Amino acid sequence: MLLLSGIAILVIGLVLRINPLLVVAAAALATGLAAGLSPFAVIAVLGKAFNDSRYVSVIWIVLPVIGLLERFGLQARAATLIASIRAATVGRLLLVYLIARQLTAALGLNAIAGHAQTVRPLLAPMAIAAAEKQGLADEPGRQRIRALAAATDNVGVFFGEDIFLAVASILLIKGFLENYGIMLAPLALSVWAIPTAIAAFVVHGCRLLLLDRRLAQQNGAPR
Amino acid sequence: MIGLPAVYTLGGVMFAAVAVLSATDRCNTRRWGNAAFWALLALSFLGGNRLGDFGNGVLVLALVALAGFGALGRSHPATTDASERAASAARLGNRLFIPALTIPAVALLGTLVFPHVVVAGAPLVDPKQLTLVSLGLGVVLALGLGLALLKPPLVAPLQEGRRLLDAVGWAVVLPQMLAALGGVFAVAGVGALVGHGVSSIIPSGNLLAAVCAYTFGMAAFTMVMGNAFAAFPVMMAAVGLPVLVHGFGGNPAVVAAVGMLSGFCGTLCTPMAANFNIVPATLLELDDRNGVIKAQLATALPLLLFNTLLIYFVAFR
Repeated sequence: MLLLSGIAILVIGLVLRINPLLVVAAAALATGLAAGLSPFAVIAVLGKAFNDSRYVSVIWIVLPVIGLLERFGLQARAATLIASIRAATVGRLLLVYLIARQLTAALGLNAIAGHAQTVRPLLAPMAIAAAEKQGLADEPGRQRIRALAAATDNVGVFFGEDIFLAVASILLIKGFLENYGIMLAPLALSVWAIPTAIAAFVVHGCRLLLLDRRLAQQNGAPR
Repeated sequence: MIGLPAVYTLGGVMFAAVAVLSATDRCNTRRWGNAAFWALLALSFLGGNRLGDFGNGVLVLALVALAGFGALGRSHPATTDASERAASAARLGNRLFIPALTIPAVALLGTLVFPHVVVAGAPLVDPKQLTLVSLGLGVVLALGLGLALLKPPLVAPLQEGRRLLDAVGWAVVLPQMLAALGGVFAVAGVGALVGHGVSSIIPSGNLLAAVCAYTFGMAAFTMVMGNAFAAFPVMMAAVGLPVLVHGFGGNPAVVAAVGMLSGFCGTLCTPMAANFNIVPATLLELDDRNGVIKAQLATALPLLLFNTLLIYFVAFR
């Protein structure tokens, strides 16, 4: 049971709002020690795992480009563009993004968008501009719209990517089942991602359209 | 063959430049903390493979100590204000989108074209790293286009990159730290213990309870690990295969595929999935670090229920 001390440290640390890096490092060290490793070995295991995970942090290389374009008004231009489209509402904009993200992810193209490269510079300012046209004016409301833009990106990619045959999670499942003597073609697995993909589109899409309705009711603005 | 080392070099050079600019930023009272943090990250990206496992471990602990004990300050490199940006946007118009759309366009093209480019009998780009190499190439091209189109001072992209990196702050390394924690959990055997615990609480013979233990267990363990890939083998080995497939005769394709998607519902609900939930909250400058998670709950919970019912009604026919 001592092995679970790391999980306990994570939960307590997050509840107490201690710096997450400290919490994660403490959880890793406690887990390694509980597993019977020497302190030296625990630090080495953590270091190796960190070095092997550097690909996770590669996404930050887009920030100089995004920052440069922001300096020259990219977000302002994205907002102006959406404000000039009469039919554009925040719900419809995010709905279009959702389906585009699901379809491209289903074709294996989940790296063409993301929080750093599309949500911050393009989608979030567009969503805010559309919502302001619908009468949104308060800062907490703007923050919720930005959060919803990020959420829409996540939902789109999560519930699109597994339809693609060669995505990591499908290959993981295939390999796992093979170890237990169950041979399945990737297609047999990926078709079962389709019902949930449709459900995700319906559930999240309804929430987006309800947001339009709520903004219209609150502000009486024409849609 | 172009692979991860080239991409890491690009990242390392960026972090090194940010470290130098941080050290010379006299407006930041904690500039040495920032400089040390970005320099360590540069060292990891440029020389991580030569540091040895223990050396990397010490590097991790140093990063954590700098971030955890408040050595980092927020910098404010000179940038443009709202009115300058509006004027610039009006002047440049839709041309501003060209560099921005270059990154996704190159990612798309790279994924499609690189697998067919062979030089001297070997693929030009490591087939396993198409995504990251295409991203790196997209960034380099977008930067070139941006510099040509906007004609900023040459240091501007680095200063603007530093502005955004310092805005995200220590959370920059949180996703990588969580991935490393997953590695430590795997070495220590945490998963087997959790799987054993879950399988021991299922009442025997009750199909609905078993399906719920599987899907909710998948979501909950994903929330702890921050990653459905880590939770899947554990829950599948503990509940999915022995109970649902072998015990109740369930279709393994449905159980496995929908089980993984139940894990994804957990990913939407946890701060441990930092790259999906915490990083965007910092990038979008939300006051509430959990704002993105809160925006996702009303989608994730109905979907988890849907997945549970899908397995229950479809997998055992």
